[in-house]
Amino acid sequence: MLSGLVAWLDPLARGAGGGGWIQVADLPSVPADGTPVRVSVVTARTDAWTREAAVPVGVVYLRRTGPSEVVALHSVCPHAGCFVDYQGDRKAFFCPCHDSTFAVDGSINDPRSPSPRPMDTLAVEVRGQAVWLRFQNFRPGIQAKVALA
Amino acid sequence: MKKLIDWIDQRTGLQGLLHEVLFERIPGGARWRYVWGSTLSFCFFVQIVTGVVLWMAYSPSAHSAWESVYYIQHEMTGGWFLRGLHHFVAQAMHVLLVLHLLQVIIDGAYKAPREVNYWFGIVLLMLTLGLGLTGYLLPWDQKGFGATKVATSLMGIVPVIGPSLQKLVVGGSDYGHHTLTRFFALHAGVLPGLMIAAIAAHVALFRRHGITAKQPYRKPEARFWPDQVLMDGVACLAVLATVVYLTVRHHGAELHAPADPTQPFNAARPEWYFLFLFEFLKLDFLTQWFGHHGELVGAIIIPGLVMGVLAAMPILGNWRLGHRFNLGFLGAILVGAVLLTVQSLRSDAGNPGFQAAVAQAHAEADRMVTLIRAAGGIPRDGAASLLKQDPATVGPRLFAQHCASCHRYGGHDGLGVVSAEAPSAPDLRGFGSAGWLRGLLQADTITNSAYYGGTKFRTGKMVRYVREKLPKLQASEPGALESMIAAVVAEADLPADRAGAGDRAGTVEAGRRHVATTFGCTDCHAFRKPDEEATAPTLTGWASRDWMVRLVGDPTHADFYGARNDRMPSYLKEGRLSERDIGLIVDWIRGDTDPARWLQAPVATKPSSSGVAGARP
Repeated sequence: MLSGLVAWLDPLARGAGGGGWIQVADLPSVPADGTPVRVSVVTARTDAWTREAAVPVGVVYLRRTGPSEVVALHSVCPHAGCFVDYQGDRKAFFCPCHDSTFAVDGSINDPRSPSPRPMDTLAVEVRGQAVWLRFQNFRPGIQAKVALA
Repeated sequence: MKKLIDWIDQRTGLQGLLHEVLFERIPGGARWRYVWGSTLSFCFFVQIVTGVVLWMAYSPSAHSAWESVYYIQHEMTGGWFLRGLHHFVAQAMHVLLVLHLLQVIIDGAYKAPREVNYWFGIVLLMLTLGLGLTGYLLPWDQKGFGATKVATSLMGIVPVIGPSLQKLVVGGSDYGHHTLTRFFALHAGVLPGLMIAAIAAHVALFRRHGITAKQPYRKPEARFWPDQVLMDGVACLAVLATVVYLTVRHHGAELHAPADPTQPFNAARPEWYFLFLFEFLKLDFLTQWFGHHGELVGAIIIPGLVMGVLAAMPILGNWRLGHRFNLGFLGAILVGAVLLTVQSLRSDAGNPGFQAAVAQAHAEADRMVTLIRAAGGIPRDGAASLLKQDPATVGPRLFAQHCASCHRYGGHDGLGVVSAEAPSAPDLRGFGSAGWLRGLLQADTITNSAYYGGTKFRTGKMVRYVREKLPKLQASEPGALESMIAAVVAEADLPADRAGAGDRAGTVEAGRRHVATTFGCTDCHAFRKPDEEATAPTLTGWASRDWMVRLVGDPTHADFYGARNDRMPSYLKEGRLSERDIGLIVDWIRGDTDPARWLQAPVATKPSSSGVAGARP
């Protein structure tokens, strides 16, 4: 009984891992006009028994805010965890699940938007012509931006 | 025979048990309103049988779950029917549970001394919902994956224990093998086990207290056998007939494309019996009244309170107006749930973006089957690896992301989404075909938004030529224009045009002369020989794969627009897209999507003669 419980609780003993710097894109691939571009964050990951050298662990939107300044917005909706889509014709982010909407900079642009907080930003560094970021996931559904441990 | 029955009876008491079951007293006689419990038991039995057989073919891991369900659905003899039954019986159970609950509340069958029995019923309701929720993920397709992400995220907002609970259910911080193994253990082991125990208790207590007969009695007291047994049997058959009808009509349960967390899935919706909850979370009052706690209130607290009231009904029912309150409360919840479900369905039906996403999801699911058949099976890297190499799948996605802010494809963005904004570059559907070129060479269409309308070329030389010179040239030599078009289109060599290419050789030959002489195209364009003085894009290899890949890579190259390029980025030169990605877009636009071209595995012979393969609609 106890041995079963201990093994069942195993996930609690494991951290989320990650948090290291990952190269996600070349600077020129991020449009200079500030239009967000969707890129996959590809890195090594271990899923239980499978070790994969390069696998997408998440998706971010990169947006140019200056000649060599880039902002990264997490694609997971802070409301309930769906995939937020960028809609070019509306120049806004839109979540297909519960209709959360966000401005192009990730802020909430409609008071009726059910999301409790703006889209989550990630730490970005531009090193030469390469865009690097620290990838994390955050808890949806609450106002505070708390990284998943 | 008699001897055998006696032998068994002496050792098991079977006859006594059977007697007790069949000769249960029913005051007021058999009635249709008593059938719901039996139909539910029947459904559960069907689920166990179909579930165990599905289990024999299912493989719970992130690398094999979708693939094994694909095999059940598309290859295994009768697999689609088995899976369809399991899927639709699950849905029937939710409907029957509501009817059963309604009957119990209306008839007051939850009152003393039947409280405990009623609570077992509530437990069974929750177990059924849990089975629906866990079963939805197991195919590991886009739809189940998306819905489970939301469901587990909602679990995570429970105060204090939420995050740990979510981690335990998901089997880690991220979705993967252990999400499936845990969900499968719940779905096929823990929940059905609890369900069997709860059903046993529920039925035993029902036998102990007897049926709550509906007053006034219409007929004299009867026994369970034969009239009620007949009614229950007819009801079970009606349920089975409905389920079989739905299964055949929909060709079993849908299987979407494999889960791909890197692609937005805008067709994400929960199963229909959770739609009311989904729609409830969209209601404005949650954010207006509770601010950023809206979700906690909407997804956890209010449903928790409703469940609490439901469980407390036997106690509430003791008050003078308690029974009426219970009736009113349940009625209000059901009407509310129906209204929310209708609202959700209606708002989706009136949302072209959602409809386009659903159509796209269906197309991707069908494409997946085509690719697997063409490859002769699923490669070791999984089914998703086939989709990632497929121009018909990846091409439109890349087009929507990188091209559709200026171009269109048949009026939409490649994925079916129609923008309100006018396009600022040509529509590329059919680019390279005679039809497309004819439209470009017509005075009244060349400045349409589908051609040069949104570009700076609308006032350029080509438009002036088409409007002023071309009609005269065309009139002087009838038929020349068509053969000139045939000659230019022959450069594109679109797969769709290859069939009759031999028959057109003569026309093309004549057309090539017209390009240079009759129409004077070569005054500006190069055609089939180098031309240093050309000022417009080369027509040599026009719209061929190589021509298009080079143009997208760098439209400012002298072979194309040079310095006259109008806003088109140099995708390869500027590092915006790789050559491979450009090739995928180009192959898709050119309709060059036959998987045999890029599949390394030998093209498969036709799928086995199981009959299932050919029966797909």
